[in-house]
Amino acid sequence: MKPAPFEYHAPRSIEEALFILHNSAGDAKILAGGQSLVPAMNFRVVQPSALIDLNRLPELGYIREDGGHLRIGAMTRERYLEFDESIVKRTPLLHEAAPHIAHPQIRNRGTIGGSIVNADPAAELPVLMVASQARLKARSASGERWIEAKDFFVGMFTTALEPDEILVEIEISFMPERTGWSFLEVAPRAGDYAMMGVAALVTLDEVGKCQKATLVYLNAGDGPVEAKEAAQLFQGESLDDELIDSAAQLASAQEINPFGNIHASAEYQRHLANVLTKRAMKIAAMRAAEAQ
Amino acid sequence: MTPTLPVTITVNEKVYQRRVESRLLLSDFLRHELGLTGTHVGCEHGVCGACTILFDGESARSCLMFAVQADGHRITTVEGLASLDGAKEELHPIQQAFWEAHGLQCGYCTPGILMTLVPFLKQNPDPTDDEIRHALSGNLCRCTGYQHIVDAVKLAAEKMK
Repeated sequence: MKPAPFEYHAPRSIEEALFILHNSAGDAKILAGGQSLVPAMNFRVVQPSALIDLNRLPELGYIREDGGHLRIGAMTRERYLEFDESIVKRTPLLHEAAPHIAHPQIRNRGTIGGSIVNADPAAELPVLMVASQARLKARSASGERWIEAKDFFVGMFTTALEPDEILVEIEISFMPERTGWSFLEVAPRAGDYAMMGVAALVTLDEVGKCQKATLVYLNAGDGPVEAKEAAQLFQGESLDDELIDSAAQLASAQEINPFGNIHASAEYQRHLANVLTKRAMKIAAMRAAEAQ
Repeated sequence: MTPTLPVTITVNEKVYQRRVESRLLLSDFLRHELGLTGTHVGCEHGVCGACTILFDGESARSCLMFAVQADGHRITTVEGLASLDGAKEELHPIQQAFWEAHGLQCGYCTPGILMTLVPFLKQNPDPTDDEIRHALSGNLCRCTGYQHIVDAVKLAAEKMK
């Protein structure tokens, strides 16, 4: 398997990268970690006329604490989600999900920004962005703008980025107080694409009732799927098993829209969503209670 | 004729200068340009792990990277594991452990597994079975059923203590 020929650019500044992209008439591709793009090129499913390689831009690789936010450079390798102390402390949901993102060899190269922009409905990072209400900073030759994660994923492998924009930074608020988290998925083999997965967050109020719950699913539609009605059931309530069962039922039967694939029928995906929602909510509720 | 780009790549401590097409995969560069055929090519889309090498000391798939991207970087392949003691070649302790614990049958996946294990055992010198299996999840072996591979990793960890 050999990729089709392409022109290779290795810009030395983000401005240079944006300039090349701006002048490439929409046919150039950004090369981040390459862990999804290069396989597609090897199969010749994708044949860009040019690649703009961001790997010579160390200024896009960082994880910084800034006020109540975590700022993550788009070229930060996924591997950092496993070890970085700020990630562990400030966004434990991302830390918990990290080992599920492919294999160590892939995470060493794959970037956080690259996976977000690839917008694979079966990938973990888009779901994590929506669940943590991340904001994504896009730059173009003419300026920059922030996009809310919930508005960023517009369809299968499709984002709100314009053809001349590059994702440069991810902003995630520190996990609030009295909050519990859980990320669970079921995959045929560790590191493979999951048949179903869920990110859950629960924030309790001062008397231990649910102030806010969030449930977001992967491989459950054409992008990250948020079960808003199921999460709404918890509002102001105690997180008992009966309520969790009802929410899991609502989310898995009505709010998600899995397509089914060779590994799992849509029906089985819904079954997994039901089971995973219950488990994830119980873990998140327990952790939130411990953080009281 | 597609234009070529100059690259300087250090492979197993030796510096190579070549001109390459931008589309040349690092795996093919190692095998066809340098003749280092120890790096095996299985699926060429990042699933099987046979082509795993060390890129600046970290394990990576050489089939998911272009040779031009390795310009100025340091690569280690399976050929770089054994060391020369005088005229005698000494196997790396992980290689020796695979030999002794029968950690391979056909051997096709073995170079990739060895390269995965070098950084793994450095970061995790006393791994549990579970950690070993997780570390190996990115490398497919179709012969062994993995049991002897896990045994070999445990033996290697012992040897490297």
